[in-house]
Amino acid sequence: MAAIAETLDAVQAVTDGGYKWGFSTDIEMDMAPKGLNEDIIRLISSRKDEPAWLLDWRLKSYAAWLKTEEPDWAKIKHPPIDYQDLHYYAAPKKKPGPKSLDEVDPELLRTYERLGIPLRERAILAGVEGAEDERPPIAIDAVFDSVSVATTFRSTLAKSGVIFCPISEAVRDHPELVRKYLGSVVPAGDNYFAALNSAVFTDGSFVYIPKGVRCPMELSTYFRINARNTGQFERTLIIAEEGAYVSYLEGCTAPQRDENQLHAAVVELIVFDDAQIKYSTVQNWYPGDANGKGGIYNFVTKRGACRGARSKISWTQVETGSAITWKYPSCILQGDDSVGEFYSVAVTTNHQQADTGTKMIHIGRNTRSTIVSKGISAGKSNNTYRGLVRVLPKAHGARNHTQCDSLLIGDQCGAHTVPYIESRNPTAKLEHEATTSKIADDQLFYCRQRGLSQEDAVGLIVNGFCKDVLKELPMEFAVEAQKLLAISLEGSVG
Amino acid sequence: MNALAPGSQLQAGAQAFLARYAANGSVQQSEAAGLFARNGLPGPREEDWRYSLLRPVTDVQFTSAPHGHSDVSAALARLPKIAAPRLIFVDGRFRADLSDIEPGTRAGAPAYGATNRPDREKLVALNTMLSEDGIAIQVPAGHDAGTLLLVSIGTGGNVSFHPNHAVTLGAGAKLTLLDLTLGDGVYLHNPVLSATIAEAATLTHLRLQQEALGAFHLSTVYADVAASGTYDSFALTLGARLARMEVHASLNGPQASAHLNAAQLLGGNQHADFTTVVQHAAPNTASRQTVKNVLSGRSRGVFQGKIEVLRIAQKTDGYQMNQALLLSPDAEMDCKPQLEIYADDVKCSHGATIGELDGDQLFYLRTRGIPEPEARAMLVRAFLTEALDPIAHEEGRAAMENAIASWWDRNVI
Repeated sequence: MAAIAETLDAVQAVTDGGYKWGFSTDIEMDMAPKGLNEDIIRLISSRKDEPAWLLDWRLKSYAAWLKTEEPDWAKIKHPPIDYQDLHYYAAPKKKPGPKSLDEVDPELLRTYERLGIPLRERAILAGVEGAEDERPPIAIDAVFDSVSVATTFRSTLAKSGVIFCPISEAVRDHPELVRKYLGSVVPAGDNYFAALNSAVFTDGSFVYIPKGVRCPMELSTYFRINARNTGQFERTLIIAEEGAYVSYLEGCTAPQRDENQLHAAVVELIVFDDAQIKYSTVQNWYPGDANGKGGIYNFVTKRGACRGARSKISWTQVETGSAITWKYPSCILQGDDSVGEFYSVAVTTNHQQADTGTKMIHIGRNTRSTIVSKGISAGKSNNTYRGLVRVLPKAHGARNHTQCDSLLIGDQCGAHTVPYIESRNPTAKLEHEATTSKIADDQLFYCRQRGLSQEDAVGLIVNGFCKDVLKELPMEFAVEAQKLLAISLEGSVG
Repeated sequence: MNALAPGSQLQAGAQAFLARYAANGSVQQSEAAGLFARNGLPGPREEDWRYSLLRPVTDVQFTSAPHGHSDVSAALARLPKIAAPRLIFVDGRFRADLSDIEPGTRAGAPAYGATNRPDREKLVALNTMLSEDGIAIQVPAGHDAGTLLLVSIGTGGNVSFHPNHAVTLGAGAKLTLLDLTLGDGVYLHNPVLSATIAEAATLTHLRLQQEALGAFHLSTVYADVAASGTYDSFALTLGARLARMEVHASLNGPQASAHLNAAQLLGGNQHADFTTVVQHAAPNTASRQTVKNVLSGRSRGVFQGKIEVLRIAQKTDGYQMNQALLLSPDAEMDCKPQLEIYADDVKCSHGATIGELDGDQLFYLRTRGIPEPEARAMLVRAFLTEALDPIAHEEGRAAMENAIASWWDRNVI
């Protein structure tokens, strides 16, 4: 019954029913002027001392973006986004070399404290040298608005040959790797938001796991949008060489603001023979208030290429935040016997809109994919699963199983399922199942009868509904995700 | 932006249809012409048409069917022997000389059902604009009209025809409509049928599409069902080079129900698309769909099925199953089941499977001395049974079985 106790605690912890990560930090920022044009892109590139090839790539992406139109096929509604009314670069001003916690901007420090990032790590995050002595389990890259403020445990990782650093540093220190792989899975002009990201991305994480290395700790990136009127465009690139393994976690929050903020990220994963990447996300951007005012517009392109034989990519996501979620983490299964997995829980309440799912492209022989998607809609929200399974003619023996379940809480919300299933090989076996239901009265009655309140009973049932996905998350994240589920649904059950 | 290239050819094709519209038509026709001029033909960038491209249709320059009676005795001989009144259309024109006109039936003009949506469905706008004929069937309340054969024969010669039919059932009325389409040569058959089913009435709609293999079949059915009414349908697709059956069923009263079962058996270069939209617009309504696809040669099967549950439609029970057997390495199946749900107390599910014949089952039959072709045929027949079984009309079912048997002779699997 530990899970229930956790859920109860979590619900009680939030007395005002609000978004507890919604505070903002008043910190001196270095910002580019509003608007998007070639000069802004040149400015971003020069601030980051980028080589000419990257600036060229950005400008080409910008040209591609100008030529494409914003996609309109997703089941989301929002007022038009004014791309000229945003700051495309915002970074906290750096004061030279703080040597102890007292010298670090106390506001930045407080931010990490309130976000619940452990003290020792926080000391490193704020840029203090010499705090890195013990060996904690997770290395963190913290991205604050447009830039990475710190990356922890890099020396420990370096010992095993793992590179974990902000992508802007990777451009400087490992240009051959970045140049080879950047845009190789999500090309610059792939889609409207990916093209925008490619033109203006400011930071993000870079991970390289060399041949045969099992990454000694879990890697994590923590994204924080803070500044007003900014967009956040981060870029993540992870490469797992032959036989390598890495588990990567991603978390995100943003202040509570009345206007909508744009987040358009791109994540690229590349996996070679026998290698594996496990990518977990707990997405908790500010979802807007009860009347649908404010919140993050989250337009994200995530894609992994299983280039090698027996390679594996596993996406797990818990999506509770954002006013709009538009995100389809995908796997291109090129290598023979490669495996793609997608486990997702998406919760929407109030006026949130989520259109999320995956794409599994089977190219190699005996490629296998599993999709488990759980959508929970409450309040006046809309929650759509949209997924593609495509089997190409050479994918002999390909196998897919898809399970998508939707749960509706309340009669003002919507739950939608839009799978695309395309097979061009007779030896492929594809199965798809989808159900929609509400919490059954007898389940509720059973719990109430045992003394649980209505709300706790719903929390328990929802956690059970999501179990198949939550069990895929690393331990720390699973606990966090369970709490999030309870908090997100608080007040939506009457 | 490269999608503009086929789009422009598509719109040139639309212009060719538009040029055939004579401005002295009915109000419905001139309205539809306005819509068609504005909207044109559905293109590859439209979500509902992503799997079925109309480009092959626009490659052909279609004309209106010539007047005068052509001899269709050979085609008539191919019709299933069912003792029931017949309504025969040849190239989209009603042939009184070959038909039995029952009371309550009117032919000679397009019927323009009130629930048709030429503003939404572009092919219905095309139909309405160019429609010359159609049948209007009215079954009075409480009357059992038995079985009626509605037959369309295409004679080829690059003609296009656009019959517009309407069936109206009064409260408690019953009708079985056997909807048979066949022909020879190259033609475009673009029929629209609107069915209005009153309280506790039942329309059984059995459709057998055996158009010529060079022909195009693009049909739209609207079924509006009142409380306790039933639209019970089965559609078998065997013919046409490019076929699309689109069905919009709307369950408007409590206890209304719809069955939209279908089977598509394709070979060669055939492309067939079965697209359904079921709208649950009242509480306690039910819909059932079982769709089976058997694909050989280089054929391509498409199924798109949408279940919409409106906020008011609590206690909806919606079920949909789509299965496909790929019998050759070059066949393709594209499937898009969709749920769109706005009510919380509902039970909706869909399932889809795509694969080849089960090797274990085949082996089992072979070990019992059954030669491989027969074993394969046996397994395919078993696969189809689930969709055929709900057909209660015996002669109708026999006609379907016979048609499937003849498909066999044509396609070595």
